[in-house]
Amino acid sequence: MIELWNTYGIWTAWTLLYIVLIVGGVMFSVAYLTYAERKVLGGMQRRQGPMTVGPFGLLQPIADGIKLFSKETIIPSQAHRVVFLLAPMMLFALSLVAWAVIPFDKGWVLANINVGILYLFAISSMGVYGIIMAGWASNSRYAFLGGLRSASQMVSYEVSMGLIIVCVLLCTGSLNMQEIVLAPRPIWMQVLLFPMFIVFLVSILAETNRTPFDLPEGESEITGGFMVEYSAMTYALFFLGEYANMILMSAMAVILFLGGWLPLPLLGFLTFVPGIVWFALKTAGVLFFFLWSRATLPRFRYDQLMRLGWKIFLPLTLAWVVIVSGTLLSLDALPGQKEKANLLAPVERSVESLIEGGEEILRAIESVGDEIVGDEAVDEE
Amino acid sequence: MASQDFLIAYLPILIFMAVASVISVAMIAGSLLAGPRKPDAEKLSAYECGFDAFSDARNKFDVRFYLVTLLFIIFDLEIAFLFPWAIALGDIGVFGFWSMMVFLAVLTVGFVYEWKKGGLEWE
Repeated sequence: MIELWNTYGIWTAWTLLYIVLIVGGVMFSVAYLTYAERKVLGGMQRRQGPMTVGPFGLLQPIADGIKLFSKETIIPSQAHRVVFLLAPMMLFALSLVAWAVIPFDKGWVLANINVGILYLFAISSMGVYGIIMAGWASNSRYAFLGGLRSASQMVSYEVSMGLIIVCVLLCTGSLNMQEIVLAPRPIWMQVLLFPMFIVFLVSILAETNRTPFDLPEGESEITGGFMVEYSAMTYALFFLGEYANMILMSAMAVILFLGGWLPLPLLGFLTFVPGIVWFALKTAGVLFFFLWSRATLPRFRYDQLMRLGWKIFLPLTLAWVVIVSGTLLSLDALPGQKEKANLLAPVERSVESLIEGGEEILRAIESVGDEIVGDEAVDEE
Repeated sequence: MASQDFLIAYLPILIFMAVASVISVAMIAGSLLAGPRKPDAEKLSAYECGFDAFSDARNKFDVRFYLVTLLFIIFDLEIAFLFPWAIALGDIGVFGFWSMMVFLAVLTVGFVYEWKKGGLEWE
């Protein structure tokens, strides 16, 4: 029995503790992200934001949580009850599970799988199901339209996000999240990837349905979109899931582009600061961008949103994949590259073979000419 | 043994999924038990800005939503091919690079056709 405990029990207990820590951390961050959002929005509009509950309103998120928990859960009579309740649970559970592969510091990762970024990509794609389910199950026009909008918006921007990730993978040569962070990146590589970082920031705004791409919710036109029929904790789960996704996407941006838990360049002397602090600070920086854009930008129109996704981001990111791969290949900078590559080798080879072929034809003509001349010579004799 | 090690890395994710499901079910169930329940016909009807719903909401919708998802499937598959290519490009070198360029060119032709046909227009 003790042996069994020693082999499996400790491992399980450790894993469970780690999971509880992640869930607790994410929930705490979500709670104070809502607080930060209200404070930042307030500050940008020259208001104070929440000030009543606790010192500086610091207990406001907790008060909100208690309020939402004790409200009545309304399940519309026309709704599909099972799917209606399943949708928020699914969205929330997925937004938590995605954190399993995020490295908070060197070695601080729950599941160090070798296809971490693919897993993250898959889980964030599955979020669409929760929203479509909510929109369909509510059996309300606003919810249905909101669900449709959200689904097509998310899949549109997922394409460009995928291509951006491919660009980063070309530079790192691994799908493991830790190896992505630790892969050496010279300055020119960062410069090459910088436009993709900008596109990624805009794409994650669209992917998490945030302003200026918050059409699925669009309070002024479809009154909250797919969430319109939800109340109390079912609504709270959507809310928590959405904010957890925001933090997740920021963490992803930090891991892909900003060096994860490593200290910022030029601040290398600050290595005594724990990696997780760097990670949290960088993530907070990206999150501030979310709040900033909410305070400053008006909402897009749906056709503009689709145009940006399909006609600008998709060709741009696709071209960038070609540019990054071509540049890295010809500079021998690809991880694991064995030999110096000459990108134009196939062209050169075909030109060479063309020249050779031409020379052969010339030789053939000459020899035929010689024969004819020779024949004539014979005739003359 | 090697394959077992490989799979064991996924076990924490499985446990995490179970824990996350339990948490979300518990949160909704707890709220259902803790909150008041006073349903009436008006409260349970679908929200429709002040009037009763005329018909079922699961109605016809714009075909362009469907078109977008079709396009998405094509491009997402393409990205699924690009992932292993990006990792292996160091090994496969110039030949691999140009093979993928041919593949992307074929896809781009399709994309340009879609664009010119107006499949990406939303007006």
